[in-house]
Amino acid sequence: MSASARHFDVVEGGDHAANYSPVGGPVLNRFTRLLLVVIALGGLATAWRFIAGLGATTGLSDGYPWGIWIAFDVVTGTALATGGYALALLVYILNRGQYHPLVRPAILTSALGYSMAGLAITIDVGRYWNVWKIPLFWGSWNLNSPLLEVALCVMAYIIVLYLELAPALMEKWRTGTGPLASISRSAYPGLMKALPWIIGLGITLPTMHQSSLGAVFLLPVLKAHKLWHTPLLPFLFLVSVLGMGYAVVIIESTLSARFFGRKSEGTMLAKLSQWVVYSTVVFLVVRWVDLIARGRLGLAFTDGMYSVFFWAEMVCFVMPVVLLASPARRANAGYRLMAALGIGFAGALYRFDTYLVGFRPGPGWHYFPAVPELLVTFGIIALETFVYVWAVKRFPILGGAPAAKAKV
Amino acid sequence: MDRRSFLKGVAVAGAAGAASSAVPAAAREKATAPADAVGLLYDATLCIGCKTCVVKCREANGMVPQTKASGGLWDQQTDLDGDTRNVIKLFKDGERTSFMKAQCMHCVDPGCVGACMLGSLQKREYGIVTWKGDLCIGCRYCAVACQYNVPKFEWWSATPKVVKCELCSHRLAEGKQPACTEVCPRKAVIFGKHADLLAQAKARVAQSPGRYEPKVFGETDGGGTQVLYLSKKGVSFEDLGLPNVGDEPTPALAQTIQHGIYKGFIAPVALFAAAGFVTWRNRNKGEPGGGA
Repeated sequence: MSASARHFDVVEGGDHAANYSPVGGPVLNRFTRLLLVVIALGGLATAWRFIAGLGATTGLSDGYPWGIWIAFDVVTGTALATGGYALALLVYILNRGQYHPLVRPAILTSALGYSMAGLAITIDVGRYWNVWKIPLFWGSWNLNSPLLEVALCVMAYIIVLYLELAPALMEKWRTGTGPLASISRSAYPGLMKALPWIIGLGITLPTMHQSSLGAVFLLPVLKAHKLWHTPLLPFLFLVSVLGMGYAVVIIESTLSARFFGRKSEGTMLAKLSQWVVYSTVVFLVVRWVDLIARGRLGLAFTDGMYSVFFWAEMVCFVMPVVLLASPARRANAGYRLMAALGIGFAGALYRFDTYLVGFRPGPGWHYFPAVPELLVTFGIIALETFVYVWAVKRFPILGGAPAAKAKV
Repeated sequence: MDRRSFLKGVAVAGAAGAASSAVPAAAREKATAPADAVGLLYDATLCIGCKTCVVKCREANGMVPQTKASGGLWDQQTDLDGDTRNVIKLFKDGERTSFMKAQCMHCVDPGCVGACMLGSLQKREYGIVTWKGDLCIGCRYCAVACQYNVPKFEWWSATPKVVKCELCSHRLAEGKQPACTEVCPRKAVIFGKHADLLAQAKARVAQSPGRYEPKVFGETDGGGTQVLYLSKKGVSFEDLGLPNVGDEPTPALAQTIQHGIYKGFIAPVALFAAAGFVTWRNRNKGEPGGGA
């Protein structure tokens, strides 16, 4: 097999360079038991929300109709779940096959992240019993609504992510017996053939909805703060998501290596860090040129709390770029992790600033998340983490297994 | 990575860029009020703040009086909410005082309608913005998008509705006028055809320029509104809580950009075709990968 085909080993299946294998071992330990407690609390808070309504269980109001469930769980959550998208661009489009071993865990985190965002939005919307009408009532679609585009694309992308993840699941199932095994055996070759086009969708759909998540905030022209409201919101949201995607791949891979005893993908992550720098520099240049060109930079110095948040955001974006600018520091796992956390935090803050901090409905309105609201968000994060641990222990997701395969 | 795969990458990146960057399309067509448009004209110089309109509005729309602020004694509502479609506010700054009647503006080109995913909120008969529960997900994007903070939510309910003034469209269907205009003792708020009301508002300003602020709020503001306001000389519309929204309709920017990107749905299809093709070819040809 030529070196060229190596990065498609996943597509061909079989034992390959990426060496995907389950981590094995018991799913329950002290950490995952703690997660179960947080999940249970979140479940109770969710039940309460459906019984008592949104007013009793959240800090939301007519002034602040959207809170952390939207700004964090949906807008930031899906942005942090774009590892699969950002890597697909590198691996399949730019043909940078060397990053391939990172793809499967990235697809898993993406699938889980988007699923959790879907769960959060179902808890958030007031009239959840009508959600099914969004994809099916196409005669009623308001094609002018950026939010409709987000909703449709996210729903479609969740399906695409599980199709992209399916080879990993089928490779385990097909070795067994029963209906799941026979379905896996018969569907696997067809799925492989269709995979490039599924990947095509996996690139198109996030490009659309991640930019549209910026477009959503084009509408409240006056209520959105001038430091964040710009016609370039769709572009800025899309570009910043790339850095966040790569950053999460770095964080996830570093932590997996640490906690699941896998070989560290250090060299690969060092190279990947370059792409964090490229995308973040593009973001920063466009952000600053836009602020200067439209005469809004002054607000960065004169608008009290808003200026503080703006600079906090800037520091979080610039610090990782400085850290990762030198090859020596890129090669250092500690600096790399710190920079990746910085970029993840910066992108999250940019979204919080756009959706919450910079949203000004007028005097007299205040928002701070209520306790049940926080419990739901913590519960969702815990559920995502729990399913991730379970999946990598049971399915061939992570690469770089130790040679002895002692843990399998 | 060789030159060919690089060029392909650039091609796909270009398609992605086309699908994402803010390409300004030709300015979207300016909406005008429908021919049968009706509306309100509120003249702040005539209002005495008796709040009869608030009481009658509740009665006509089956909403309970809000007596919490008065210790259960009388209806003492200070703002619109899920139980209040219409409210009288007081502006006071030293000598400058004015009453203000807040309710849905029934924009000619409304932000809430531009936001609403399944068209639950729409301009229906007479250009009145009404809400249809069976198409509403309860996402509250309407409340985020409305520059006047009008659409309200039944936060206390496990099965909440979106609540706002619908110009008593159920009364119009019976040949009656809206509750608030029917009972106003000073005719401070009147109901009529949008064009007639606008002409009348302008005539009042022209007749008594010393009495009024020179402009009619809603003639052009936010692309125009079917509810029009006249304010006392010296009390600005911003004092009354009507923000300076400019003449652009709220949804104009978002729609210009989104329509530019998604024109004919060409860019997304092109991006999908390019991404799928490049991925498929990279696999089939086994092009030298893993460069750099």
